[in-house]
Amino acid sequence: MQSAISVQNVTKTYEEGASRVPALQGVDLDVFPGEVMLLMGPSGSGKTTLLSVMGCILRASSGSVRVAGIETNQLSEKELPAIRLGHIGFIFQGFNLFPTLTVGENVELALDLKGIRGSKAKEEARRLLALVLLVEKYNTFPSDLSGGQKQRVAVARALAGSPSVILADEPTAALDGHTGRNVMQTMHDLAHKHGRAVVVVTHDSRVLEFGDRIVHMEDGKIVSGQGHAGTPIAKIPPHSFIESSIPPAIRA
Amino acid sequence: MPPLARRNLFHDKIRLTVTLTGIVFSVVLIVVELGLFVGFTLTTSSIIDRSNADLWIVSRGTPYIEQGSPFSERKLYQVLATPGVAAAEKHIVRFSYWKSPDGSERGIQVVGFNPHSTIGGPWDVVAGDAGELQKPDAIIVDEIYKEKLGVTRIGEVFEVNGRRARIVGFTRGIRAFTTTPYVFTSFKNAQGYADVAQNQTLFILVRAVPGTNMKRLQADLSARVTDVDVLTSAQFSRMTRVYWMFTTGAGIAVLIAAVLGLVVGVVVVAQTIYATTMDHIREFGTLKAMGAANIYIYRVIITQAAISAVLGYSMAMVVSAFIVHASQSGGAAILLPWPMAVGIFFLSLLMCIGAAVVSINKVTHLDPAMVFKG
Repeated sequence: MQSAISVQNVTKTYEEGASRVPALQGVDLDVFPGEVMLLMGPSGSGKTTLLSVMGCILRASSGSVRVAGIETNQLSEKELPAIRLGHIGFIFQGFNLFPTLTVGENVELALDLKGIRGSKAKEEARRLLALVLLVEKYNTFPSDLSGGQKQRVAVARALAGSPSVILADEPTAALDGHTGRNVMQTMHDLAHKHGRAVVVVTHDSRVLEFGDRIVHMEDGKIVSGQGHAGTPIAKIPPHSFIESSIPPAIRA
Repeated sequence: MPPLARRNLFHDKIRLTVTLTGIVFSVVLIVVELGLFVGFTLTTSSIIDRSNADLWIVSRGTPYIEQGSPFSERKLYQVLATPGVAAAEKHIVRFSYWKSPDGSERGIQVVGFNPHSTIGGPWDVVAGDAGELQKPDAIIVDEIYKEKLGVTRIGEVFEVNGRRARIVGFTRGIRAFTTTPYVFTSFKNAQGYADVAQNQTLFILVRAVPGTNMKRLQADLSARVTDVDVLTSAQFSRMTRVYWMFTTGAGIAVLIAAVLGLVVGVVVVAQTIYATTMDHIREFGTLKAMGAANIYIYRVIITQAAISAVLGYSMAMVVSAFIVHASQSGGAAILLPWPMAVGIFFLSLLMCIGAAVVSINKVTHLDPAMVFKG
């Protein structure tokens, strides 16, 4: 099966004045359609950097990044937005909804970027909001929604244009346990029912049960969970930081 | 496209008010200064522009209408004998002195013409009869200067250059750029009022036979009548305008004030649009992360600027209309011809969109990875 995203020997180094900070060091990773991959690790381990590189928001210092089979690390800055637009949907920790637009208009904006406008955009926006059970909030402003509802709107927006990859950065961080589970269930359905490749960066141990693969990172490297389709992959990362935060029932 | 620009603009009403106030101030200042410039320009040459003459014959080297020098009135006959000349009249425009009954004196400009002709006389006579000017001592002044000259009604008697002058009518809207009011009278009276010798004139105004080649007529008159310059009304008008508006610096002063108004507008709008952009920078970062091309984001910012321009211009025009109307009764009229109003609209648009350049530059260099920072 062809991977939705393939990262091979990727490094990313930040240059801050005279110092060089290696954020990613020789990372190899494939993400496949129909799976939920959890990217976990302590702060500064490189999770968000890896997500940004996979999402063509940051350019890798070296290595190969292929999205839907397209080698992106060689593309110019002007060409990268088209890759994001055509293949990737983002879900952010802070929701990043547009506060002056209604729920429906937030989704329509994402569709507008992809050339879907007018009544067709409204129809598609309603369909996407129906998927996340929020179509009745179409004319509501984000300020009148709960955290969970905002994140579900963000999910609907990320699905605009049917991207093959969904990248989520800490989608449950601002949510309570019950709401977080609901959001993660939605992510799970996106992968298993709609065939998307879903990557979730998370610190939240409550979401472990929703992951098909759990990849653990430290100091810019993958320390466990790395692999390709068909290769057995450990579900529970060995690092004590994660072990101590996993409820016993889940760990069992 | 969802109304992101409009919603962002109206979201912060206080900032919008500041933006619109800046635009209104700037546009009104531009209207007033340019309106004064247009008004002044037209005023400097109104005697020439409204003379009904095709050509002005002036003493050689006369730079503008207030600097006319006397020459022999016999040249009138040379002019009348030239083929292509339909009519020619002697004409005087010269400074003199006005004395009110209370003894106060002030400067005036005497305009002397032939009351039996339609060349070189007053226009927009709103009271009295211009035909009365053929009588001795008869004069017409403009309503605007009634108070300045101490005039209250038709029939009143004053002194001009020590000679009796009787009011027989009023015009409306004939302003003098130099603040010395025009006083219309017959050519004969004007010779006395303006100390022009009996056998002399300051100008000869020529009306051509319809269909005459004006350049040829100008050349013929120049060849026939010696020691004079033969100018079209347009040429003499331009010379007079250029002198008063640019050589004296008066016009440059108002233009500089208009440019300052523009600068104020750009600065205020640039500041508020930049502040709005920074308030919504995370949204622009999100748009970039979602794959929006820079041009899409530019469109949002430019739309905000354009909406501000249209709203600010509309409000400014309402204010300007009141100011323009109020100025009509004063010595310096502010004019707002419609082409100028249209031009100022596009200038306002350019001003606001230009002011958005700083914001556009900011989002161009925006790193979409910022959306991942908490």
